[in-house]
Amino acid sequence: MTPQRLRITYAVDGPLRYASNLDLVRAWARATRRAGLVPLYSGGFNARPRIQNGAALPVGFSARGEMVDLWLSQRVEIAAARQALAAVLPAGLAIRHVVEVDEAEPALPTRVQAAEYAVTVETGEPHHEIRQRVANLLSAASLPRERRGRPYDLRPLIEELAVAQERAGAVLLHMRLAAREGATGRPEQVLDALGLEEGFFTICRQRLLLSEG
Amino acid sequence: MVISLDQLERLLLHVQRPGRYVGGEVNAIRKDWDAHPFRVCLAFPDVYELGMSNLGLAILYDILNNQDGVLAERTYALWPDMAAAMRQAGLPLYSLESYRPVADFDLVGFSLPCEVLYTNVLEMLDLAGLPLQSAERDERHPLVIAGGHAAFNPEPMADFFDAFVVGDGEEAIVEVVRTCQSERGERLELLLALAQVPGVYVPRFYDVSYHSDGTVAEVAPNRPQAPLPIRRRVVPVLPPPPTRQLVPNIAVAHDRGVVEIQRGCTRGCRFCHAGMITRPVRERPLEQVLQAVDQVLHHTGYEEIALLSLSSADYSHIGELVAALNERYAEHPLTISLPSLRIESFSVDLADAVSRGRPTGFTFAPEAGTEQLRERINKPIPTGQMLEVAQETFQRGFRTIKLYFMIGLPGETDDDVAAIIDLSHQVRAIGRRVQGRKAQVNVSVSTFIPKPHTPFQWHPLAALEEIAAKQRLIQQRVRGRGFKVSWNDCRLTRVEATLSRGDRRLGAVICRAWEQGARFDGWGEWFDEDVWSAAFRATELDPASYLYRQRTRGEVFPWDHFHTGVRKAYLWSEWQYSLAGRSWPDCRQACYHCGIMSEFGDLWAPGWGCPQGGSET
Ligand code: SF4
Repeated sequence: MTPQRLRITYAVDGPLRYASNLDLVRAWARATRRAGLVPLYSGGFNARPRIQNGAALPVGFSARGEMVDLWLSQRVEIAAARQALAAVLPAGLAIRHVVEVDEAEPALPTRVQAAEYAVTVETGEPHHEIRQRVANLLSAASLPRERRGRPYDLRPLIEELAVAQERAGAVLLHMRLAAREGATGRPEQVLDALGLEEGFFTICRQRLLLSEG
Repeated sequence: MVISLDQLERLLLHVQRPGRYVGGEVNAIRKDWDAHPFRVCLAFPDVYELGMSNLGLAILYDILNNQDGVLAERTYALWPDMAAAMRQAGLPLYSLESYRPVADFDLVGFSLPCEVLYTNVLEMLDLAGLPLQSAERDERHPLVIAGGHAAFNPEPMADFFDAFVVGDGEEAIVEVVRTCQSERGERLELLLALAQVPGVYVPRFYDVSYHSDGTVAEVAPNRPQAPLPIRRRVVPVLPPPPTRQLVPNIAVAHDRGVVEIQRGCTRGCRFCHAGMITRPVRERPLEQVLQAVDQVLHHTGYEEIALLSLSSADYSHIGELVAALNERYAEHPLTISLPSLRIESFSVDLADAVSRGRPTGFTFAPEAGTEQLRERINKPIPTGQMLEVAQETFQRGFRTIKLYFMIGLPGETDDDVAAIIDLSHQVRAIGRRVQGRKAQVNVSVSTFIPKPHTPFQWHPLAALEEIAAKQRLIQQRVRGRGFKVSWNDCRLTRVEATLSRGDRRLGAVICRAWEQGARFDGWGEWFDEDVWSAAFRATELDPASYLYRQRTRGEVFPWDHFHTGVRKAYLWSEWQYSLAGRSWPDCRQACYHCGIMSEFGDLWAPGWGCPQGGSET
């Protein structure tokens, strides 16, 4: 019996925004069993269902294009698996698409290169001022900052940054930030660099960008 | 008014573990508000992660949501950071299903498993925007009631709750709801009607008078509708267990499915509150348990199931049950947890069987260090047997043995404390012989509280200094590689004991302590003894009079007007036997006429631990 590796692209919203990465992995495992599908267990002392999330979604973020690899020990039709899972997912998780992935493909997290975010932030700053700050940030050669006491350069982590929409008292920023092992940009750091960290903000991770596999 | 997730979001970014406050669990029931004219909010006065594993609340949630025209939602205590944020934002305590203010419900039902949660009840009422005192609420407010093990001495909380349900809640809660539905008028009328529901206690219909020494003189009803005594509710047959159990989205304390296999216990340990107030033993049929496990796993996707009871090995079909589960789920990595096993070979067999070749830890609860003291508490286990079982346990591959002890038991001497130390060392030595350096012995030492409705209710709490000295001695002597020792704060024990033994006058103390900031008292980081001492001083009540007196046979306890079915005379005779150092075998072998059969014998049904027709005199 060859196991089946499914790659599910999914959205996160509502109460599930407050689940941690580990919580989300657990939610997928439980949903799989509720759906009557048989997860593949990695052997060993503490058998765990084999599930691998593409990139940890920070607590509080919503998302539209997260990815998870899910191994089943018994092969099923992809459409059937999708339907069975969709019927038992907790409110706030939604499947966008499912594909089968070859077992030989590299692990999902190693393929994640970058992520796109839609960040809505409430601010009293004039919009032209924000646009100027964005331009300044992008033209800087380096942005030395500190995170948990360790210095790093934010600039190379910012791949794209733009004001996507302006509303009274708020702006919507589009960001594309590196999300590679050891080089991950966080939208809050960009807000901080823009001097917008004080305002109430919501962050939606739009999609993960993978390297060519 | 409904609170939106948007409104909450502004707060959630700034509090710890925001997933506690958003609900959305699998199997949460969200009924249409307008289509269900009677709305119940079930409240748990501790943090979400603990409340989610409370079985009582899960049972009532299931039962109530299965009633026509009724919806039930949940709310839990807010951690102090969230409570502060909510107050600042001007938002009230809300339910996790529909984000409605708790004050919008018709009935708020608190689960009260233990006394250290009392200040959290006041905090929740206040956050809900409700007057704390029952006397200040009327038909414009929800009816606020409580049930659970602490409700067997509800007096300290009598000021705050409109009514209590004493005993099994499954049937009583439905009767309470129906009564509320038919008495939509004045609050007083409703309370009078509720007082007539068996097992329901409405404190304001009883007057308590006191002797000059502060002890209770008499509890007398002030209305003809108020019964005396108040008889505890007993469900003759356990209703089918809930199987669409809530699956949280964040990690909680006991993240697993639960099936109660048996209620009540026939062992008769004299210190055990649960064992005295949940008689008779009622077993769930094997087939029903198996079916329930199946359904729970199917509806939840859990990989772990806990088979709950006060004494797993005493369930008649336990061997078959474990064998059947192992067979059925041979392919799945299902973890089965069996709480409260006994120190005997059969229990080791069970633990071994459920561990499926991956044994980890086994718990021994000898409670006392010497055989003599174990006789006194009616938990007789020869020390030799214990050591043999320890040997067997380690040989089966278990690496950890947990030892549970209590200090401050009636009749305890220095020898008993020395024996706790000795026994811990002996078990570690055995572990090392069998398992080498991996052997681990975790010693937990709690402080005995003489609980209401038990044979030890006449005994005082051990003095603080004495407890502290004994704890120190154990900490000093039980240390080193392979040992882990835990104990509880003896100052918290003192507060807990006062609350569990108190009378209605304590309401003022609890209120005062809450006003001064007491909450989450069971959590070391929040407990502040000074606040409690100040509250006692301010109300001029002496905690010592509740704690440190040896009671005489004739003393009226603040909880005497509640009849559990176990007679006071029986408890007294058990107390005398304890003083004489006598113990008894399990009452399934010989009925000791504790009172259950004469009080509730007419309810007898198959599955009871008591002999059929064993009508006592
Ligand atoms: S009535 Fe007899 S058998 Fe039943 S609980 Fe009491 S002592 Fe045990």
